[in-house]
Amino acid sequence: MSHDGHHSVVIPAPGPEFVPHTVAHHFDTPVQEFQAAKLGFWLFLATEILLFGGLFAAYFYYHETYAETFRVGGQQLDWQLGAVNTTVLLLSSWTMAMGVRSAQTSQKGKTLLFLGLTVLGALIFLGIKYVEYSAKNQHGLIVFSHLFDGYDQANKQLPWFQDYGGVMKDVPHGHLFFAIYLTMTAIHGLHVVIGAGLIIWVMKGAAKGRFHAGYFLPVDLVGLYWHLVDLIWIFLFPLLYLVP
Amino acid sequence: MTTNIPAIDQHAAPTGGSTNYLNNTSGFWSWASTLDHKRIGLMYLVGTTLAFLAGGLFALLVRVHLWEPDGMLFDNPTYNQVFTLHGAFMVFLFVIPAIPGSLGNMVLPLMLGAKDVALPRLNLLSFYLWLTGAVLATLAIILGGFDTGWTFYAPYSLYTQKAVVTIGLAVFVLGFSSIFTGLNFIVTVHKLRAPGLTWFRMPLFVWALYATSILQVLATPVLGITVLLVAFERLYQVGIFDPRLGGDPVLFEHFFWFYSHPAVYIMVLPAFGIISELVSVHSRKPLFGYKLIAFSSLAIAVISFLVWGHHMFTSGQSTFAMFAFSFLTFFVAIPTAIKEFSWVATIWKGSIALNAPMLYTLAFLIIFAIGGLTGVILGSLSVNIHMHDTYFVVAHFHYVMMGSIALAFFAGLHHWWPKMFGVMYDETIAKIACGIIFVGFNATFLPQFIMGSRGMPRRYATYVPDFQVFHQASTVGAVILGVGIALMVYCFVVSLFQGKKAMVNQWGGVTLDWLTPTPPPLENFHEAPVVTTEVYDYSTLDLSTTRTPIA
Repeated sequence: MSHDGHHSVVIPAPGPEFVPHTVAHHFDTPVQEFQAAKLGFWLFLATEILLFGGLFAAYFYYHETYAETFRVGGQQLDWQLGAVNTTVLLLSSWTMAMGVRSAQTSQKGKTLLFLGLTVLGALIFLGIKYVEYSAKNQHGLIVFSHLFDGYDQANKQLPWFQDYGGVMKDVPHGHLFFAIYLTMTAIHGLHVVIGAGLIIWVMKGAAKGRFHAGYFLPVDLVGLYWHLVDLIWIFLFPLLYLVP
Repeated sequence: MTTNIPAIDQHAAPTGGSTNYLNNTSGFWSWASTLDHKRIGLMYLVGTTLAFLAGGLFALLVRVHLWEPDGMLFDNPTYNQVFTLHGAFMVFLFVIPAIPGSLGNMVLPLMLGAKDVALPRLNLLSFYLWLTGAVLATLAIILGGFDTGWTFYAPYSLYTQKAVVTIGLAVFVLGFSSIFTGLNFIVTVHKLRAPGLTWFRMPLFVWALYATSILQVLATPVLGITVLLVAFERLYQVGIFDPRLGGDPVLFEHFFWFYSHPAVYIMVLPAFGIISELVSVHSRKPLFGYKLIAFSSLAIAVISFLVWGHHMFTSGQSTFAMFAFSFLTFFVAIPTAIKEFSWVATIWKGSIALNAPMLYTLAFLIIFAIGGLTGVILGSLSVNIHMHDTYFVVAHFHYVMMGSIALAFFAGLHHWWPKMFGVMYDETIAKIACGIIFVGFNATFLPQFIMGSRGMPRRYATYVPDFQVFHQASTVGAVILGVGIALMVYCFVVSLFQGKKAMVNQWGGVTLDWLTPTPPPLENFHEAPVVTTEVYDYSTLDLSTTRTPIA
């Protein structure tokens, strides 16, 4: 760094419990840094939507092709548990928004509280999801212990799709609904886990006082991510549980 | 474009004592953990070049095998693996990442007058994702290889007993490497342009990379989910693409080409950008139709999302869909032709320097005209039915991918080499290499047009003896091409050790990348540049820093 004029912009801390933020060397102003990160993150969210877009396209295609399968398959899901999970995620989006707001107004305690509540929401969601998955496992629709067994050529059946109850017997390719249900909710569930991890990471920073009115970018971005995870579920819930 | 940088030539070229991005720190870790876009660009350059050489080796094996109608080297399953390796390595590890990753990374922030890309950590992550993808792809070879072709068509990719999950994972990871590069460039162009550098003062390489980035961000995630679903399909038989289980393999093709057609433009738009720069600099003349070229990049980006069905004319689409896709495909020809004509018009009456970068550029203009026009032929529905999956298609896309994109990459490499390293290669050897490559390339692929139009199907390990003369001509051409590329690489490597010092502004460019010391310092400019003049305004050129104009 030979040259003259190298000076980093520092945003001062608003109080003793906070730490100042140094703007990255290649930005001239904090606003530039903020806007660049925000634009980049919105683009990243667009890629997430397109990733799920492929799954939604597959959903709609097979919903058209095997309407009856999707109708009967959807009835096997517990819409009440799904509704509870929807409520949990919506509430967690509210706590996330409050967490961002608290960071913006330099309220360290409240930031930690609301972010913690959001993580709690994520855990409740995953817990309910676990109950739902294991119910499918016990009813013998999806047998998780056989998930990675190959297609049974001799009996022409999928080991993981047993249909013990016989409910999907009269519809074509009954497994297809559950395959799509499982793939979509599992990939969404993975995003919930990643989101919770990110929130915990942001909480560590918040505990050190890194986020305040002058600098709250990571909280903001993780908040956007969490809202997207919520938003995707808002589409998954009616499509999988209600529409069929 | 002048700047307020005072007397640029005072920071004389790489004289002793001055620090630059290459020598400001040293040691393995200073490179492995660097956030400097220029060093990341160089790491991409080394990586993608190695991938290119590996892919080229597989290509030579394919060509040698096809010397005899019954095949010379491999049994049929092995042949399937070798051509798949050639395609997958070339597409995913070289053609897609090479230009944005190496030259884009190196030059884009310089051209914008920025200190770095907007998100340097993400930039390094992109490179390591590329490296992970390369390792996984190599691992897939060790784990049994893969024989699906680079397109992974279902249902074969679901049933074959090969390492498809591993290579699928590699493609997924490489996809995110590409996405993050695109995302980074978009943000950089929006937020880090120097004061005075308005959108229509941006060099056309920047415009091309910007259009490319939009495609990378919007198309690649669909490829990600597609290969992920193929992996799920193989691991636990979801049935989405598997006709045995009620799935539809044509859905795979739609997903795949929804990405992979725009991907063709992810590959070719940066090449267009390089050619736009080079025709201007080496003719020392403002670009003809600057705005048209800029907008044609965006037009290509938009149209490219609407034409994927032209890869599937024989896959079972409705007649209406085929008609619509064919019709829309012709539209791509318009912005593309606008570029070609603008480049030719730029050269017209210019002060042309026939140096190595310009020779590659001229070779590009000839080869791309053939590659582009044969694309229009293939876009016509009725012709396509006959030509589908023949060597005519192979020849067409090699005229674009190898003859146009790789040659544009070589052109750009010769053009920015003195900027990157502060040394000049031997121009004579470089020109000879260019000539050999041009001859070898055409000898390889012109015969493929002929045998393709006569019905030679692609991807076959054996063929009827009638085609032997064409195959042998093609193989001879491939060997010549290989010799030319080896000579070019040799020329570059030698220049690093014995090359003469480059001038500050070796070719007389007036974009910001040429108005910084050579090689550039860590943060690119000693003083933040301010742009006050229009782009490609050669009246502002400081002749003391560069070659003398040709009369």
